[in-house]
Amino acid sequence: MAKQIRIALRNCGVIDPEKIEDYIARDGYIALATVLTELTPEAVIEILKKSGLRGRGGGGFPTGLKWEITRKVQADQKYVVCNADEGDPGAFMDRSILEGDPHSVLEAMTINGYCTGASVGLIYIRAEYPLAVERLKVAMIQARDMGLLGKNILGTGFNFDIDIRYGAGAFVCGEETALIHSMEGLRGEPTVKPPFPSVEGYLKKPTNVNNVETFANIPVIVNKGWEWFSSIGTEKSKGTKVFALAGKVNNVGLVEVPMGTTLREVIYEIGGGIQNGREFKAAQTGGPSGGCLTKKHLDTPIDYDNLIAAGSMMGSGGLIVMDEDDCMVAIAKFYLQFTVEESCGKCSPCRIGNKRLHELLEKITQGNGTMEDIDKLRNLGTVIKDTSLCGLGQSSPNPALSTIDNFMEEYVEHVKDKKCRSRVCKSLMQYMVVPEKCIGCTLCARNCPVNAISGERKQVHFIDQAKCIKCGACMEKCKFNAIIIN
Amino acid sequence: MLKLESVKSLQDLRETLKIKRAALSQKDDPQSTIQVKVTMATCGIASGSKPVFEYMQQELSKRNIPALVSKVGCMGFCYAEPTIEITIPGKDPVMFGFVDTRKADEIIERFIRKGELIEGIIPINYETA
Repeated sequence: MAKQIRIALRNCGVIDPEKIEDYIARDGYIALATVLTELTPEAVIEILKKSGLRGRGGGGFPTGLKWEITRKVQADQKYVVCNADEGDPGAFMDRSILEGDPHSVLEAMTINGYCTGASVGLIYIRAEYPLAVERLKVAMIQARDMGLLGKNILGTGFNFDIDIRYGAGAFVCGEETALIHSMEGLRGEPTVKPPFPSVEGYLKKPTNVNNVETFANIPVIVNKGWEWFSSIGTEKSKGTKVFALAGKVNNVGLVEVPMGTTLREVIYEIGGGIQNGREFKAAQTGGPSGGCLTKKHLDTPIDYDNLIAAGSMMGSGGLIVMDEDDCMVAIAKFYLQFTVEESCGKCSPCRIGNKRLHELLEKITQGNGTMEDIDKLRNLGTVIKDTSLCGLGQSSPNPALSTIDNFMEEYVEHVKDKKCRSRVCKSLMQYMVVPEKCIGCTLCARNCPVNAISGERKQVHFIDQAKCIKCGACMEKCKFNAIIIN
Repeated sequence: MLKLESVKSLQDLRETLKIKRAALSQKDDPQSTIQVKVTMATCGIASGSKPVFEYMQQELSKRNIPALVSKVGCMGFCYAEPTIEITIPGKDPVMFGFVDTRKADEIIERFIRKGELIEGIIPINYETA
């Protein structure tokens, strides 16, 4: 039995995304036809609620409920928004769906419009995805020409059309309120919720924001039924999840597995194990908002609640695998560097707090950290989580907090022993000549870019630590393995 | 492109297209033909699948091997890009990874023309809804 079931990715790699006929041959737009002629909006919403579909953007909010909330609000205009910003580094699930099966998103947005009472759909897509934008445009033109989008869809009198709006690469604009303000022409800053966009969003009208992968699941749930969908997955997390498997794993790529699949199965069976026979150390889920899963989590079934209980979160689906050569302190610092740059600056906890967290981690990786610094990281991280305005700040300390919880020994080693066991933190490394092996060939000294190595021909050479920039050129050139990292 | 005025016209169109599509891979069907699908998502194109796509189109035509060469989205095997999938009528689809124009030439001459099983096949490890 295959470990993967492709539901959201059912057409990717199977059809030509620029041929609407291919999509129709695979039951494309049949769900829309069924919905428009045989089901009331309430009936469709009931199907979604029973299916158990939860938002795939990371929040995991029940989709049927979200649609119902927007349906119930009285307004003269409502909007459907597709969140195709995909800001997580290392995540490419949404891009693949948009490039490989754009019609599934268009069809689902139209169904959403019918259910919630919206006549306009907006796709907010990052401008860094030119191929996805191109394929969406072609798909929209073909759908309009065939009467599957626009005025009087399939002769039913229902009107719904879609427009594309471009993001400019700000991570924070993946947050729905910041996204909406960006579309309004304002700076991408989040605003306090409530009011939730489902009630008051774009141009102050009810706006139903859903992720690309959530949309991709809708047509197939309508066609195959909610019982079929809810038979896959775990009790509270139904269906499948697409993961972008990246990092130190052999088979890097897209995998779609039923909820409840274990991390071990994803990494070793589908992923082909760790590259170069190295040992698994941790897997980061949820990108800069998530935490790391360690060896003890390898047999945890992956679903929304289990990941939160493990100190991480599902996120949009990025799964970065790390091995024994990755330094967990450096990883925490990397993610924090990202969130510091991406913070919009509106609220103090995130704007100032994350900067301080980053400085503390920088201190530790430079070899100047203290045990109090580790406590400070913990306390400050918790405060930032509790007091930030939006999801970015509320989750940015997660990588640091999670690595401190799971890899405290490494932090202590950096602070007390001034050592980085994975040999990543350069300031904690010393390149040294092994006297017994050095024959004085002078190759290292001649290749050192800063002239830090001294020694006479046929005499043991010596590296001046004060001048050494730890580039590693000497070790690379030495033919006698006489230079080591201490 | 014909505008669909009703649900029935969509259903009829689907039936026609489904039959047409199924016929492509049926052995002995007069409509059947070899299908070559080249991954043309960002990962594929960045790894060099565009020259492979053009090569396949030109060479199969030049060598008088009738085939339908189309571009598809990401098949998920990003570590092995460029990937192509070949379906010979009557047989299961076979996927090749790390395909460049040299490998494409080998695939045409040995796999397609002579039916030899060559190296570089990637097992398909998923079910599709």
